[in-house]
Amino acid sequence: MAKTELSRKTKTEIKASSSLKGTLASVFLLGFFLIITWVGVYLLFISRF
Amino acid sequence: MFNPSAKLKVDPRDAKLAMAHFFVAFTALAIGGLAGLLQTLVRSGKFELPAGIGYYQILTVHGVVLGLVLTTFFIMGFQLAATSKTSGTFTNKQRITGWIGFWLMTAGTVLAAVMILLNEATVLYTFYAPLQAHALYYIGLTLVIVGSWIDGAAIIMKYAEWRRKNPGQPSPLLTFMSLVNTMMWIVATIGVASTVLFQLLPWSLGFVETVNIGVSRTLFWYFGHPLVYFWLLPAYMAWYVVIPKVIGGKIFSDSLARLSFILFLLFSIPVGFHHQLMEPGIDPAWKFLQVILTFLVVIPSLMTAFSLFATFENFGRSKGATGLFGWVKKLPWGDARFVVPFIGMVAFIPAGAGGIVNASHQMNQVVHNTIWVTGHFHLTVATSVVLTFFGVSYWLIPHLTGRTLTKAMNKLGIIQAVIWSIGMTFMSGAMHAVGLLGAPRRSSYSEYGGAPQAAEWIPYQVAQAIGGSILFIGIILMIYIFINLAFFAPKGEQEFPVGEAADEAEKAPMVFENWKLWLGITVVLILFAYTIPFIDLIQNAPPGAKGYKLW
Amino acid sequence: MHMHKFEKAWLIFGIGSLLVFLTVLGVSAFYLGNQPPSCLATIDPEKVDTTVPFNEPGLKKVEGKDWDYELVYVASAFSYSPAEVEVPYGAKVKIIATTKDVVHGFEVAGSNINMMLEPGYISEHVTTFDKTGEYLIVCNEYCGVGHHMMSSKIKVVE
Repeated sequence: MAKTELSRKTKTEIKASSSLKGTLASVFLLGFFLIITWVGVYLLFISRF
Repeated sequence: MFNPSAKLKVDPRDAKLAMAHFFVAFTALAIGGLAGLLQTLVRSGKFELPAGIGYYQILTVHGVVLGLVLTTFFIMGFQLAATSKTSGTFTNKQRITGWIGFWLMTAGTVLAAVMILLNEATVLYTFYAPLQAHALYYIGLTLVIVGSWIDGAAIIMKYAEWRRKNPGQPSPLLTFMSLVNTMMWIVATIGVASTVLFQLLPWSLGFVETVNIGVSRTLFWYFGHPLVYFWLLPAYMAWYVVIPKVIGGKIFSDSLARLSFILFLLFSIPVGFHHQLMEPGIDPAWKFLQVILTFLVVIPSLMTAFSLFATFENFGRSKGATGLFGWVKKLPWGDARFVVPFIGMVAFIPAGAGGIVNASHQMNQVVHNTIWVTGHFHLTVATSVVLTFFGVSYWLIPHLTGRTLTKAMNKLGIIQAVIWSIGMTFMSGAMHAVGLLGAPRRSSYSEYGGAPQAAEWIPYQVAQAIGGSILFIGIILMIYIFINLAFFAPKGEQEFPVGEAADEAEKAPMVFENWKLWLGITVVLILFAYTIPFIDLIQNAPPGAKGYKLW
Repeated sequence: MHMHKFEKAWLIFGIGSLLVFLTVLGVSAFYLGNQPPSCLATIDPEKVDTTVPFNEPGLKKVEGKDWDYELVYVASAFSYSPAEVEVPYGAKVKIIATTKDVVHGFEVAGSNINMMLEPGYISEHVTTFDKTGEYLIVCNEYCGVGHHMMSSKIKVVE
């Protein structure tokens, strides 16, 4: 019973403060990492015969 | 979502079936881990194998036992437990099906293992023809695959039963995900089963003299790429469904989780050519088409990354976190069930980046068959997937054996993951770096006749051995924890964490359960990507290749 | 099913990046001709030694082609023929290779020359050797007990 109440409480709180700006920043950092890696190897590719 | 069984424990009879899988899986971990340690030591140039044991024989053990046995047994055990937990206890018929699958897989494993130990099958786990192994090796691997189909049939039967009893309802998320992975596996393994049964087995038995190499390799890689997604999706199951519950948060979106799994089903298979980019006999336009399809399968992983970050942020903010990254501090950093898979998630960032490089058509020339590739899949499967499996074991094994994860074991689990991360940073990092310099994969120690380039590689190979040794300490710890949780941990109740969706009110669209549609599209995509190049490989085939035993 | 606006932004950015990658690769491959080695020609693996050009492995000057030289390799367990070759700096060379037995790799370490050699198939790669030095060729596909001993050498000389 206590558990159910707890989860209900969590849910309302999530709704009250559902900012995802940290998530947006995180995935964009991830995206930039993918791009840097790819561009890095591509530069290696075009520098070699 | 109404889920009558959400509070139930996995039935002890189903628990026994799942545990049987885990015993084989962790035995494989011990053997394969030892083989891996020996390989890195040999390749450092400071150590030689005793008693005439061959490097490539050990390498075959490592690949078969970890790449095929550990993964398949763990995944099947986990999916059976997850299905039993979320869709209800298996019927006797379903459970017997599972046991038949288990014993077939085990018999096949033993058969293949014996042939490897007799040095009759030193062909690595990819067994590329025309290297010819003993027929019993191929039969052993076939039994593993067929056993996994029968294991999977138990999951399909349970799903069908659930849908019959709950008309118009979306299936429980973990059951849905287990089912998607099982179906993808069955569609994919048709390729490897075909080349083994119709090409390699008759050829190794002497019924036919030669084999069509291009066709065999294409059938293998039709299976080979979905194989890696078969490893990854159970980790995604844990990330999407289990981790939110462990941290005390919610699944970000039930529907988007289902959508990403459907995308994996569709795009995991028609992409095998990105493993054959350097091969003759395949038109580059068809290679490029499959490169495009490979890039499409990145999309569900991009979605997954967002969902996971969002789950963490929502949870942290519900606990009063502020600022851009304040929520990170609110996560349960003392809980092995969270921390261990979390390290796996982090590892998937460089792993995914490397994967995009590998699949990039002509750019593959930089890395193809260099040890960069070995470094890559030791991040994907040997870190992201395996650490997630370890993190799952910490609650699933005690749940199934009626024991609990003690504080001491929890702490040891975190230490294990930290050791793993350090070891893998050394080993995989060195592999990536020296791979870019050109060092080949799957090769014993060699100075290549004193070539200056090969001399540059040796310090990196020493770093790999240091990493490999640290990783082996991690394996010993893991085996110790497994034995503790299976036999010695205190009796008690350990929760099987199944998350609830934040968007629970929003029912998942029923179209996700329309398998005629999804399997239909899967087949269409496969036919589109493979039919013409495959016919080319048959029509323009060179004379077949005779078998060789060069070890 | 709805999607958060940040997730839409992320997917547009992510998919957009993938499209840029594919465009760069596609232009390089189909317009500039940097395709991965994908030769469609075949050969009888039993008759490699008597089939032109594999009857005479090594470097040969050619006239009237898009490249100045042809460099022919025959691979077999566990060696390449020729074992060593000198290529003039700046030469445009077509490498033509095949195998007499099992699958081998053909990788010139530190370069983009990297191709699979499969019995019955011919593999080709055209490149300009625009850096001097000694380059190691390694077999990068497991071919048997002597796999790690299988190598050759290219010296790019002024």
